Amino acid sequence: MLLTVDHVRKTYPGGRPVLQDVSLALDHGQTLALTGESGSGKSTLLNLVGALDTFESGEITVDGQALSSLNDPGRAALRRDRVAMVFQQFNLIPSLTVAQNLSFHARLGERLDKGWLSDLTRRLGLADLLDRYPEYLSGGQQQRVAIGRAMAARPKLLLADEPTGNLDETASAAVLDLMLDLVRDTGAALLLVTHSLDIANRLDRRAHLASGRIT
Amino acid sequence: MIGPAIQALASHWRLHKIQLGTLLIGIALATALWSAVQAINAEARASYARASAQLAAGQNDELHMPGGFIPVDLYVTLRRAGWQVAAVLEGPYRTEDRTLRVMGVDVLAYPALPAFSEARDGATQPDLAELLTAPGRLFVRPELSAFLAGRPDLPPVIESDAVPPDLILTDIGVAEKMLGKPGQISRLVVLPVQPMGLPSLDALAPELERVAPSEAMDTAQLTDSFHLNLMAFGLLSFAVGLFIVHGTVGLAMAQRRGMFRTLRALGLPLNLLVRLVLLELTLIALLGGAMGLVLGYFLAGALLPDVAATLRGLYGAPVEGQLVLRPAWIASGLAMAAGGTLLASSQTLWHLSRMPLLAAPGLQAWRGRPGSARLTALCGFGLIAAGAATPLLGEGLFAGFAMLSGILVGAALLLPASLAFLLARFERRASGPVAQWVWADMRAQLPGLSLALMALLLALATNIGVGTMVASFRLTFIGWLDQRLTSELYVTARDDQQGAEIADWLRPRSESVLPIRRTELWHETGPLFLYGIIDDRTYRQNWPLIDAAPDVWVRVAAGNAVLVNEQLARRGSLWTGDRLTIAPDWTLEIAGVYSDYGNPTGQALVSMQQFDTHFPEAPNRRFGIRVVPEKATELAQALREQFDMPPQAVIHQAAIKAQSLAVFEKTFVVTSALNILTLGVSGFAILTSLLTLWTQRLPQIAPVWALGLTRTRLARLELLRSVLLAALTAIFALPLGLILAWVLLSIINVEAFGWRLPMHLFPLDWLRLLGLTLLAAAAAAALPAMRLRRLPPSDLLRVFANER
Amino acid sequence: MNVRLLAFLLFLPCAALAQGFAGLGTDAEGFKVPQRGYQFQFPADHGAHPTFRIEWWYVTANLMGDDGAEYGIQWTLFRSALKPLDSDGWQSPQLWMGHAAVTTSDSHRFAERIARGGIGQAGVTANPFAAWIDEWRMDGPDMDSLTLSARGADFGYDLKLNAQGPLVFHGDGGYSVKSADGQASYYYSQPAYAVTGTLQLPDGDVQVTGKAWMDREWSSQPLSEDQTGWDWFSLRFDSGDRLMAFRLRGARGDYTSATWIEPDGKARAIDDGALVAEPLETARTAGRNIPVRWRLGLPDEDLDIEISALNPNAWMGTSFSYWEGPVRVTGSHSGIGYLEMTGYE
Repeated sequence: MLLTVDHVRKTYPGGRPVLQDVSLALDHGQTLALTGESGSGKSTLLNLVGALDTFESGEITVDGQALSSLNDPGRAALRRDRVAMVFQQFNLIPSLTVAQNLSFHARLGERLDKGWLSDLTRRLGLADLLDRYPEYLSGGQQQRVAIGRAMAARPKLLLADEPTGNLDETASAAVLDLMLDLVRDTGAALLLVTHSLDIANRLDRRAHLASGRIT
Repeated sequence: MIGPAIQALASHWRLHKIQLGTLLIGIALATALWSAVQAINAEARASYARASAQLAAGQNDELHMPGGFIPVDLYVTLRRAGWQVAAVLEGPYRTEDRTLRVMGVDVLAYPALPAFSEARDGATQPDLAELLTAPGRLFVRPELSAFLAGRPDLPPVIESDAVPPDLILTDIGVAEKMLGKPGQISRLVVLPVQPMGLPSLDALAPELERVAPSEAMDTAQLTDSFHLNLMAFGLLSFAVGLFIVHGTVGLAMAQRRGMFRTLRALGLPLNLLVRLVLLELTLIALLGGAMGLVLGYFLAGALLPDVAATLRGLYGAPVEGQLVLRPAWIASGLAMAAGGTLLASSQTLWHLSRMPLLAAPGLQAWRGRPGSARLTALCGFGLIAAGAATPLLGEGLFAGFAMLSGILVGAALLLPASLAFLLARFERRASGPVAQWVWADMRAQLPGLSLALMALLLALATNIGVGTMVASFRLTFIGWLDQRLTSELYVTARDDQQGAEIADWLRPRSESVLPIRRTELWHETGPLFLYGIIDDRTYRQNWPLIDAAPDVWVRVAAGNAVLVNEQLARRGSLWTGDRLTIAPDWTLEIAGVYSDYGNPTGQALVSMQQFDTHFPEAPNRRFGIRVVPEKATELAQALREQFDMPPQAVIHQAAIKAQSLAVFEKTFVVTSALNILTLGVSGFAILTSLLTLWTQRLPQIAPVWALGLTRTRLARLELLRSVLLAALTAIFALPLGLILAWVLLSIINVEAFGWRLPMHLFPLDWLRLLGLTLLAAAAAAALPAMRLRRLPPSDLLRVFANER
Repeated sequence: MNVRLLAFLLFLPCAALAQGFAGLGTDAEGFKVPQRGYQFQFPADHGAHPTFRIEWWYVTANLMGDDGAEYGIQWTLFRSALKPLDSDGWQSPQLWMGHAAVTTSDSHRFAERIARGGIGQAGVTANPFAAWIDEWRMDGPDMDSLTLSARGADFGYDLKLNAQGPLVFHGDGGYSVKSADGQASYYYSQPAYAVTGTLQLPDGDVQVTGKAWMDREWSSQPLSEDQTGWDWFSLRFDSGDRLMAFRLRGARGDYTSATWIEPDGKARAIDDGALVAEPLETARTAGRNIPVRWRLGLPDEDLDIEISALNPNAWMGTSFSYWEGPVRVTGSHSGIGYLEMTGYE
């Protein structure tokens, strides 16, 4: 298994548990849609899997690495080397150009494959935008850069949090297609948070989160 | 409607107490330094004005005798021709450890003096008979009275607060005895009422020169440069303080955008909101200003004694060391605080007044508009060009300062563009992604930090410039002391007769005895001290000449040439080859010019023989003694015993040097204190800028963190960034500071003091300053960096959260 | 300098100092005091007497201009000694003060000078006679033939004085008693100078002719303790007779004295109590009420006259201030003269 989530519990300070007892598994090359109401803990689960946040009990294993045993540098290394993320707000680095953003993650993990990057750039239709800064791009363009940044690192696991949530329908469809194509071509697994059933239905599996549990 | 709105606005400060504190500190610092300098200047000027009033000076024309004194007979001649003039005799009065000024006026003719009519509480009115007839009376301030009391050689002392410090005011009949100048008058004051049909002065006494009060060198004019200097420092500090205010207000506004939007959505009109914010800022400004005034008052009180010492030492300006609280000062301080705060907030307020109701709560565009950056840079170039061109348009102190401000402000405006250019170069060369990001991110931070960096640039450049000037001055001064104070011992005899005996006694016991005789004359450029020197190798080998004819000493010794000091040379445009009229019937060619620091007046040297011919009555009581250094102490002891002299009458060269250096150091205590304070304030400005940028930093940092950099590493990078920016700014500041030093040494000093100093470079000082700057930058960045390191991931995750 | 203080010291010495010791010839501070029976020595006594406390050379003149207008001029040099000695230099105790004025019916211009004697700025020499302070001068080969000049900011004059008769000695041969306590001064006059000369006024020069009167007086003890001021008259009658009269006002009563001078210069002293001097009208000048019309009577001489000021505003606003100006005389005798009044506060 590439990813296992085993009885994970997460409480934010001073609040009810967001995740009560969550378990799920994802194998290499699989795609899984995580759905649920607003506030059901979808994003929290995704952040935990991406080693962006910590949990109180249970275990999450990514590519054989148990997350609970990792300290801060360990979690940073995991983010750098094994997973990649795409967010609803795109979260490009505003001070870097498109080209710099695209290669940034791969170069951080010293995994840059220039051939792959230019292939990727072409496929994402970003060749003409390489010298631009993110703020001068449309939402769809920004998200394509974010996907490119994630895929350039050839991650084994791609995590996406409402990647089309800020896009209109046309852009949304195009971005989703591109992402699914790239995931399929690189053999990466995909964990995608969405509230849209249409999107969820296009993935291999679907898990629904409600009241802090998978149902 | 207003009540709840105020409550809502004020609630922000309850939640952000540190921010409020920063804002208040910023305003207080700006106000404190500015108003401290204002208070010092006001106090000094008030002292001059008081002294002028106490001496009834500066109202009337005066008559001077170029190159000498006015004999009493000439005064009587003028009087008997109808001229209503009042005689004044002035001069230095030396006691063993202090030099006081004696001003003797013709009590019957001189304009009313408060000292004579306003005796101190409890004292009886001075009796005219006691005042006018021997032994007479001396009027001095109470503190001087204790010093002079009980001296058998002096007339009784009457205390009066209406006398300037360090001055002995008395009748001219007393003064001529104290000063040893019988029958001499320094100047005649032309009284306002003259009889009709007055014969012309040209026919009566063509040798006299009539000087209008504005032309006479008075203290206020002499010290203008010094006060301008302090004022420039104060203004600089004020500007630096405003950078802090600007940053903090910007932050507070950014943080309250949501609140503003809500208030407006709930029906608060925009212009009312703007007015409320204006009111809020004004109140904060007044509070901060009041704090600043308290701070400034104490600062001024702490600095004033040194300033007073400086002014007395450098110019003989009568400044009292006591600070008085003036209502005008409080009002102007508060006005500056309020005005400055509103000025610093104007940009933010303007944005607020323009904010559309449904503006996206997004962050400012990180790179600003390229057009405005270019405009700023162009303005910078323009100002530098204008500053550099000022000397072509006019001379003088103000032109010098205009040039300085043009170059300084211009360079500051150029700084962001220059830094952006440099950072872009670095970014292009960077290989690793993190390095690349660091450079790119620094460039992105520039607009937010540029004001603070400009402040830092100004503070650093001033530091380097003023530091270089002071250190150059110091080095030159020490070298000059070594040249000027060559004799191993300096002796002051009781009177001329003892002087002659001492000289005879010393001659076989020392290498040479150099008499020091001088007399005070009047030259068209102001007072002129004429010295007589004997022909001695001491002078040939050591005298600090800056311009000289080939056979200068031979010609001076032969009595057909004169040496002048730099001040006289510059003021009167009298250089080697020109001719100096010492007295109406005595003109000599100038054979050389020597440097002469720490003395505002003109000086000239002639051969002792010539001096004695023209001024036989000048005292001959002081001598320099050349002796093998090891024997100096022994000889001094023998001399004291032989002639029963007090210890102060025989002084070692080293003691005089130490004393001179001490005076010098005191002179620049204020300058260096202000230097350090300004640097501190600019460090604080960086801190507040970084804190302001904090909320805008997270969206920049969070993605990088998400991509796999630890918070610790990111925090370290934050620190590094701040230090790098400060280092780059410091590198820019170095040439700017050196230009500043050059202008100070070659233009301002010449105008202000009448001497030009050679510039020395002190790379070690620069390194120290650089270290200090980096430390300050690191300290300023430490707080935000620490916060970042400890930041809970959830705060970073909020950047990615869907609902924002 | 506080000018009031100066005035006080110069001309109203503390009465206590002026008291007593008359019999010893000097007072407590070593100043000499006048003695009855003193033999005047001329020309020496025209000069200064530094061992006496105060002294003056006092000229007043009634003049007629070529423009037909009446003028009065005053030229006074006061000497005041701080100590009874003379020395050279600034610290000499001999102080000098000059007052000069030109009075018309509608203007009164005056000036003041103060100087020290030790440096030559002011002084008096007897032979040849010269009295000066700054550029003001009164000098000539002797007292009978003098030139007189003074200048102020808005006036000036140059006059020639020629004596038409002998000196007149007041009191007991020049020993003039000033109070019932016996204070006295040496006092003589030249009451009969013929004057010609020029006045310089803002509107131009005026040629004048007329008569002048010079008083010489010195003492160390001018007033008694209770005396507050005096009224002094010098009158020239059309008959050729002249009258000097004064009244010293005191808390214990007035002290009067007068000298009747016949046309040939023969003088007759008139003792205390004979003179009747009665103010008839006061005028407000310089913030004071000053008597500017008087009735004067000497029953023994059949004199009953009325005296009125040419210009009621002839106030000398100098360091030591007083009223001094020309007067007209009507009644049993008619004529002109000068009036001086001090101590009106």
